[in-house]
Amino acid sequence: LEHSEAAARPAVRTPDDPSDERDLVAALRAGDESAFLTLVERHHRSVIRIVRAQLPSEAAAEDVAQETWVGVLKGIHGFEERSSIATWILRIAVNCARSRRTRDAYLVPLAALGEGGDDGPAVDPHRFQPEGSRYAGHWLQAPEPWAEERLAAAQAGALVRQEIECLPTTQRAVITLRDVEGLESADVCAVLGITGGNQRVLLHRARSRVRAAVERLLAKGGDQ
Amino acid sequence: MTAEEIPDLSCRELVELASDYVDGKLTPAERTRFEMHLCCCTPCRVYLSQIQATVAAAGRLREEDLPPGSREVLLATFRDWKKSTPPDRRGLR
Repeated sequence: LEHSEAAARPAVRTPDDPSDERDLVAALRAGDESAFLTLVERHHRSVIRIVRAQLPSEAAAEDVAQETWVGVLKGIHGFEERSSIATWILRIAVNCARSRRTRDAYLVPLAALGEGGDDGPAVDPHRFQPEGSRYAGHWLQAPEPWAEERLAAAQAGALVRQEIECLPTTQRAVITLRDVEGLESADVCAVLGITGGNQRVLLHRARSRVRAAVERLLAKGGDQ
Repeated sequence: MTAEEIPDLSCRELVELASDYVDGKLTPAERTRFEMHLCCCTPCRVYLSQIQATVAAAGRLREEDLPPGSREVLLATFRDWKKSTPPDRRGLR
């Protein structure tokens, strides 16, 4: 009855081989350039993506990504290998992005980041039978099945990306790490410094919102 | 609480649990209620498959090409670091 995260995920990504990671870290400490380039190749895109999720300005992202790699080099001697190198690098990226946000006075009130405020229900309440009716809380306007091939179309991918970009900062960071990057929940919490419960709520809101956007897009297409 | 006291899950409640279900984060009792509801509710099965499809679509974004990192700049950063950091401070013991 074990319902593991890995089994629940449609696309399972195997983590990097730990012994391979240890070798890379050792090689980097020894000053091996190819070890550094291997890490850059593996993780730079993830770094860019999480930095973009944290900063309102995309222009700063490349800059902050570079700061991240400087942080990786400076910190590699202190890396204790208690987490995977990916988690460790992403945590540095998040910290760099946060300092940049503070430094550039981008910092917006907490509510605007979507940390506190209630985001509303996952689905418009009017789509359910009202309280007091015989089937209260059951579907009134049920979701239509999606055609897989339409969802796989480039248009839907672009919409998902766009919708993720419009989410409040912390929701965007959580869905980026968990669903785009494929990190385990515990690692998402470690990278962002949030609790498991908080992570679940933010992820639920983010996924619900993206699902609703895809539903709107596909419904619109159906009218044509 | 005994099993008889646990009310059935409504569709409206189910949609709020779908993300946790997908991640395997429901308690065994919640999961049982969730799955019992799914058994007899086609629209909720559709809804769940849409959440799963959303997660999968987000996962596909990982493969998208991003502008390549300025490899040259990073390489220069690395070479500076190597020059300025003696081996013992890089963590070699």
